Amino acid sequence: MPNNSRPKRKKIRATARFKALMEQHFREADSAAKDEKQKVAWCTSVGPAELLTAFGFKLYFPENHAAMLGSTRMSNDYIPVANAAGYSPDICSYLTSDVGAYLKGETPLKKAYEIESIPKPDVLAYNTNQCRDVQEWLSYYSREFNVPVVGVNSPRAVDVLEEHHIRDAEEQLRAMVPTLEKVSGRTLDMDALSEAVRLSKEATDLWRDVLNTAKNRPSPLTFFDGTIHMGPIVVMRGMQAAVDYYKLLKEEMEERIRDGIAAVDDERFRLYWEGMPIWGKLRPLSEQFASLKTCVVASTYCNSWVFDSFDPDEPFYSMAKAYTEIFINRSERIKEQYLARMVEDFNIHGILFHDSKTCPSNSNARYGMPGRIREKYGIATLIISGDLNDLRCYSEEQARTNIEAFIEQLEES
Amino acid sequence: MAGYYGGVDVGAAAIKSAVINQEKEVLGFAVKKTTTNLGELAETAFSEALEAASLKKDDVDYIIATGFGRDNVTFAGEMRTELSCHAKGGYHYFKYLKKPMAIIDIGGQDNKIIKLDSQGKMTNFKMNRKCAAGTGAFLEEIAHKLDVPLDKMDEYARKATKDIVLGSFCTVFTSTEILGMIKEGETKENMVKGALISVAKRILEMEILGGVIILTGGVIGHNPLIAEILEKQLNVDVHIPPNPQIIGAFGASLLALERHPDRS
Repeated sequence: MPNNSRPKRKKIRATARFKALMEQHFREADSAAKDEKQKVAWCTSVGPAELLTAFGFKLYFPENHAAMLGSTRMSNDYIPVANAAGYSPDICSYLTSDVGAYLKGETPLKKAYEIESIPKPDVLAYNTNQCRDVQEWLSYYSREFNVPVVGVNSPRAVDVLEEHHIRDAEEQLRAMVPTLEKVSGRTLDMDALSEAVRLSKEATDLWRDVLNTAKNRPSPLTFFDGTIHMGPIVVMRGMQAAVDYYKLLKEEMEERIRDGIAAVDDERFRLYWEGMPIWGKLRPLSEQFASLKTCVVASTYCNSWVFDSFDPDEPFYSMAKAYTEIFINRSERIKEQYLARMVEDFNIHGILFHDSKTCPSNSNARYGMPGRIREKYGIATLIISGDLNDLRCYSEEQARTNIEAFIEQLEES
Repeated sequence: MAGYYGGVDVGAAAIKSAVINQEKEVLGFAVKKTTTNLGELAETAFSEALEAASLKKDDVDYIIATGFGRDNVTFAGEMRTELSCHAKGGYHYFKYLKKPMAIIDIGGQDNKIIKLDSQGKMTNFKMNRKCAAGTGAFLEEIAHKLDVPLDKMDEYARKATKDIVLGSFCTVFTSTEILGMIKEGETKENMVKGALISVAKRILEMEILGGVIILTGGVIGHNPLIAEILEKQLNVDVHIPPNPQIIGAFGASLLALERHPDRS
């Protein structure tokens, strides 16, 4: 009988610490929301976390919550609720999952931690460096909770990053300060801000080191591991806990390399995942690749929280630069150069582009990029149609066949 | 080692099987409509191919299963995707041309374009997105709407007096467009040809086509006019292999010959 045996999953020891940290993060936000003396800020994933942390806010990230809705496959119960409330099925399914869950008064935090509801915000902060949907998403909650929303409307699709781009974002970051001072009841402590930026820089450097261990053949970790272990770099930037966590994870990955432990046994092919994860299908995809002895070793997504430019001596300027220069906010030309570099650095055999139906900002197969990459760099490419959270847009059977055929193509080359 | 090899292609609309000899000649094949019990149907389809070839199951050294239901073929030794199998089968008939090829498989529920280099190696491929526009399912819907037998569409279309261009991408919207034409008294023949033109258009939208163009699959088997429409559009020869519907199963049996474990 033609059957691929189910590969054995290799557990990362640090996962226990990861789970404890994430629980602590949500418990602190929950407690803060119930304590009048503490303030809660909601922040987009590449929003001004360091600034909010410097003001002493407890942070909560709606995108992180939405990814939980996706990975628990609860999204598909909630997206239709948001659709019925006037939020189109064509817009970001993080937004529609999250708003739908809010309208139903439900959250995966209940099952995970017995936390009844998401923490009520005192202020909301976004950066449109990812997309405009985050602005509308947080503005929705601003109306719902009657709290202020502040944001950076970043210059988008930046080709060569110029001084005026950075100054524009910097001015907008500085313009948030009066609102944040008012809501927090504190004046901005520049030392606290510098410290938050320093810790973010340290954590992000360690996260990059963790991801770079995948340059080893065989790789000690996969993209699918990365989508889990990126939690602290998203929600604990500016905090010592993130630094400590990535030291631990880095040590374990280096140990795996020393001991010759591969994330995927008998690694034959090394792929790059471009675009959003398909949160509700991480496990079957991870198992399919493992059964094909293929390791997805790197991704744009996990590298999106590697910020080279943070500088504690120039916190506002460096935050503005770091937030604006991210991959998702760049022109096709810059993105193409980035991918070419990653292909070389990680010894990639092929790039899988996830064309995510409701995430045009992070779907890079729509302006001919796969074709250009194939032509210019001779690297095989595959496009998978799907979505980050809306599984109505994903055909598992088609994806399975496409992935298998892609590996068959690589076998022939 | 009896020297016979088999392929079973469990597709969305039909299950196809083929048996070949070492000379890569098709000795027998069968086509069954896909319904519910895929494993049983695959068995039947393969038995019928064996019967046509005057062979017994034990005569077959190795079998490869392909198609969306490939996991259900419990008697196969291995699975390969339909992309690889159509590539293999299509290339076999036209390799003498020694040119890069584009194999276009118009299937029951999806379309595939597979690009090969002149040695027959797959260099790139594309499947249509989840939508059934331009596939066999689209033609079934139109045939049903117009009350035309599915296997007579080509015959109807050849009697058309003009080329109708259907503007909609979506199968359901196209059906609505057809309703409008019915109201205006358009002939069945013209509307059926319009549907076949629409299939060709969907193909052309998928990929820039070059090299030797080969059409495979059940839709082209029943509607060779699509090849003529594409030839006109592309201004190149479009090739159809013998028995285009079984090319996936034939390709699977070629792969079985190449890959069987005891091959010396």
